Parts: sequence; C-alpha cells; structure tokens
Amino acid sequence: MNPKLITWKYASPPYFYPLAGKMIPWFALLAVLLGIAGLWVSFFVAPTDAQQGEGYRIIFVHVGASWMSMFLYLVMAFWAGIGLSFNTKLSSMMASAVAPTGAMFAFLSLWTGALWGKPMWGTWWVWDARLTSELILLFLYLGFIALQAAIDEPRRADKAGAIIALVGVVNVPIIYFSVKWWNTLHQGASVSLTQAPSMAKTMLLGMLLMALSFWMYSIAMVLTRVRAIMLERERHSDWVANLKEVRS
Amino acid sequence: MKPRHKRIALIVGGLASLSVATYFVLHALNSNIALFYTPTQVVAGDVPKGRVFRIGGLVEKGSLKRNAMTVHFVVTDTAKEVEVAYTGILPDLFAEGRGVVAQGKLAPNGEFIASEVLAKHDANYMPPEAKSAIDQAQEAAKTLKQ
Repeated sequence: MNPKLITWKYASPPYFYPLAGKMIPWFALLAVLLGIAGLWVSFFVAPTDAQQGEGYRIIFVHVGASWMSMFLYLVMAFWAGIGLSFNTKLSSMMASAVAPTGAMFAFLSLWTGALWGKPMWGTWWVWDARLTSELILLFLYLGFIALQAAIDEPRRADKAGAIIALVGVVNVPIIYFSVKWWNTLHQGASVSLTQAPSMAKTMLLGMLLMALSFWMYSIAMVLTRVRAIMLERERHSDWVANLKEVRS
Repeated sequence: MKPRHKRIALIVGGLASLSVATYFVLHALNSNIALFYTPTQVVAGDVPKGRVFRIGGLVEKGSLKRNAMTVHFVVTDTAKEVEVAYTGILPDLFAEGRGVVAQGKLAPNGEFIASEVLAKHDANYMPPEAKSAIDQAQEAAKTLKQ
C-alpha cells in the first residue's frame, strides 16, 4: 500500500475505531499521573501567595480549564470546518465529540472563577469583557450541542453545527486579548508566549502539570465519545456488525 | 473550481468578513466594553452624568481615612485623582497602593459616592519571602537615590 493511503486510512471509521480504542487507556493513564503530580505540586510544593494567601490555589484548576475551553473550541471549529469543506464523516464526528468536553471546561472555568472572585475581588460575577466573552463561549458550545441535537439527519446537523462553530471562532481571540484591549476587573495574563511568566516557578509547574493533565483527559474523553458516535451513526454498516463487542 | 475548493473559499471569505465586522463592532463599542472609567476621564468630564458608573485605578498611598462606617480614599491613575466615599464592607484585598474598581455616582462636590467596591489584583504570584525581598530592594533603591 502506498504511504499516502496509510495515513488516510485512519480517517475512516472502521480503521479509526480500533486505533482510538487502543489510544484511550494511555491518555487516561497520563491524565491520572499528571493530575496526581499536578495536585501534589499545587497543594504541597507551591508556596503561599504574598497577596492572596492560600486562596490563590484555585488558579491550578481555573487556568487549565480556561485554556482548554478556548483550545478545544479551536479544535472543534477546525474539525467542523474540515468536515464542511471536504465532506469527511469522521471530522464532523470529531467536532461533535469535542463539544461536551469543551463546554464542561468553559463551565468549570466560569465556576472556579466565581469561587475565586468572591473572596479576592469581592464579587462572584462582574460583566467585564473577559468574563462575558467566556460566558459567550459556553453559550456557543451549548448552542452547537443543542443545534446538532435538534436536527435528526446527521449530515445536516453537521453542516448547521459547523457554521455555528466557525462563526464562534472570532470569540476566542476576543477572550484571550480582552484583558489587553479593554480595562477589566480580571487581571492580565500571568503566562504568555511573549513574556516571562510573572509567577514563582513551582506555582507555574503546578499550573502546567494540571493543564497537561486536562489536555490528556480531553483527548481520552473525546476519543471515547467519538467511538460512541461512530457506532451510533454507522450502526447499519458491516464493520460495526462484525465488531467483536457487537457480535457477542 | 472543484466544489470543495469553492466551499473552502466560502468559509475563508466568510470568516474574514466576519472578523472585519466584529472588529468594527468592537471598535465602535470600545467605551461600552470597558468596565470602568479612569480618574483622568472623570476629571475631564467624560463620564455619564447623574448615572451609576464605575471608576478604576490605584488606591493612593496614605489617602485611606475611616470615619465610623464610611471610608474615604483617593483613586488615582498616577495622572489624576478622584476622591471616593464608601459605606460598607471592603474586600480583603483592598489596600493602599493596590488596584480598585468602585461603582457609584458622582456627587455635586466632585466626590464619588460608591455603592460597591471591588479589589483588582495584578497577575503576579510569588511567595511572601520573595515579596518582602522585592519590597526591601525597592526601599534600598529609594534610600540610595536620596
């Protein structure tokens, strides 16, 4: 078989299904190990913050969750866009599989942010640009999920969802740069690509370990979900009927 | 053009025009998206009159005065200052020299009567030892200059 065909082979559900099945335990294991290491660093290694005391430790969940909520949206929009342009089945399934995990992280980001905001800022919520645009992100995820669920025919659901996903992409840079473009209650970024991080090394380590753990968790979850979607959508096909777990 | 090239062009074109439209909308709404006005804007009179709005800046060092349940302090953006009066509970992070966002109305005498005061903290996280080391170094630099 020529090399090009081998790469594209895994874009088809009968081949991707078993591959994803083999990958899931590894990513799940990485998520757990990184999560344990991250929580240990977060609670026992990272020092108390000079300004916020112990309360700042919610950062270890909050920042990772916020990063993943934005990153997963880009991933979802990417697969939805590929599915829309090339009419590839698996890409659209990937987009649908990413959405719930992304929505979960957006919710977690808002929730931990509220819990952090009350003791530090003095309020659970304020309509500043950062918080509002993150809330819009959650609504975009929920809108995508609801729209797909409302349309019975999968192909049409994919198309409609892809348009929401692509239109919503403009929101991601708005969230990211909101604290630079406008004055907000939310502070600026502690970690960015252009500047040295403005936090102690062990704090940063804890945050990055937690973010990596979330990342691995997301991959494991999305692969698990995409396997379920493949089975559901292709339930009438031979490859599903011939699966060991389906026959028995 | 193949149909899929057409679709890609459509998506890319759509996203590009959407970005431009969003840019103009955000640009037009700029002052509405900002959470607070700066003391400079307040002094210049660029704030809604007779309406509730927010001001933000740093609590000027040495300006905090407590008078029974009411606190008085000065919010500065290092260029201009606004006096603020607030009756109520201040957030834990509220302190002189730190960031603050206050919501309220401008009184006729130019004082800002706040109904809500929020603390705005920076994006620096460090252990207390590092913080005191930095403070000491800054003090030392100050005394050297004098």
